[in-house]
Amino acid sequence: MHIQVEVKKQVASRGRTFSLDVAFASESERLVLFGPSGSGKTMTLLLLAGLLTPDAGRIKVGDRVLFDGPKRVNIPARRRAIGYVPQDYALFPHLNVAANLVFGLAPRWPWGLGQDDRGRVEEFLEIFELTHLSTSLPRDLSGGQRQRVALARALIRNPQLLLLDEPFSALDALLRNKMRRELLKIQEHFAIPLVLITHDPEDVAALAQTVVCYGQGRVEQILPATPDCCRVRGEAGIAPWASILC
Amino acid sequence: MDYLLDFRPLWLTLKVAGLATAVAFLAGVALAYLLARRRFWGRDWLDAVCTLPLVLPPTVLGYYLIVLVGRNGWLGRWLEDTLGLSLIFTWQGAVLAAALVSLPLVLKSARAALEEVNPDLENTARTLGLPEWAVFLRVSFPLAWRGILAGTMLAFARAMGEFGATLMVAGNLPGKTQTLSLAVYDAVQAGNDQLALALVVLTSGVCVLILAAAGKILRTNAW
Repeated sequence: MHIQVEVKKQVASRGRTFSLDVAFASESERLVLFGPSGSGKTMTLLLLAGLLTPDAGRIKVGDRVLFDGPKRVNIPARRRAIGYVPQDYALFPHLNVAANLVFGLAPRWPWGLGQDDRGRVEEFLEIFELTHLSTSLPRDLSGGQRQRVALARALIRNPQLLLLDEPFSALDALLRNKMRRELLKIQEHFAIPLVLITHDPEDVAALAQTVVCYGQGRVEQILPATPDCCRVRGEAGIAPWASILC
Repeated sequence: MDYLLDFRPLWLTLKVAGLATAVAFLAGVALAYLLARRRFWGRDWLDAVCTLPLVLPPTVLGYYLIVLVGRNGWLGRWLEDTLGLSLIFTWQGAVLAAALVSLPLVLKSARAALEEVNPDLENTARTLGLPEWAVFLRVSFPLAWRGILAGTMLAFARAMGEFGATLMVAGNLPGKTQTLSLAVYDAVQAGNDQLALALVVLTSGVCVLILAAAGKILRTNAW
């Protein structure tokens, strides 16, 4: 999947300003944005999803231009066909698992679901091993189950691209490994391109095809995630945290 | 027959307070959403102006209303010319006065409740294809309804007890604009202590019921 991002955004809060100025392009199916907290990774995801508007730049996913500053193109989030899973999964606490999945299928609720959609919900509950939990509320689910619901809810709408913000940070170490494998399987099953944020080198090792290294609102390096990338260790100019990658 | 309770003030009070609460609910929730979720110039000023009814003397509010919707007020003239509606010395005027004084109570509770809603939930709903109105109806409102309902019940209690602004705008016409609080005043002035006591007990009872229910709703566990 071709992803091209070239954005500038400045935000001010409580007297401090943060400026993001990043550009990268990739053909990878699994792109990882890697870097320390506060380097602008989450902001980049929000810009991609259309939940924040860049001050300037251009965003292209596949053959669709989602944002173009000079041409005044800005497709709203609801029409971008991009799935977004925030860090805490953002499951709707007042809705049970099935209702969370249905949520995005009937955006003009209360005008209900068709027969096709009903079948689709059943199918996704099964794929994500949630059938027995379909009437549970999010508060009664474990971390791994919550993540599966969030993934199913995003994927059921058949998005072009899936954005994941720190998908494993809320899980314990044992579960983390299991969920990394599950995510890989899901990505292959749906052939869905991923953009994933992390500051955990193990996520990079397990998932990345391309790594975009962030630091203080800038892209410091774009690396193909092959064993070769170890060679960049110690090279002049690379940020110290980027070297832990390899 | 003096000692027999005249129930007209009670029905009028319930009608006026009910309609006033409906108006305050709609306006209060809309304003609360604006103040909690939108950034625009003059937001703090709008917040301050909407809080005024909480701190200004009701007579001052009554004066503003007379200036605004009186026969010579610009809104009042428009209402009279186009709808043939006069708000001065009518029960509709009492609704307006009560809605104005109870608006901040809905607004404050609704704003606090809406600000508690995690913006990630609203954002996720947007990426799931929802237009803004549906994000509000399906995510923000269902998650904030406890706070909003509690504020609305307070508003109802406040509207029931409204006196000053109502007196100035709607007057004190028995059977027409005389609500409970005005009837109490009349009864005391006329030395009819029995009637005054009965009305006072009635008003207090209804308000205690409402406040207790509001407290219970707020304490019920959320998700």
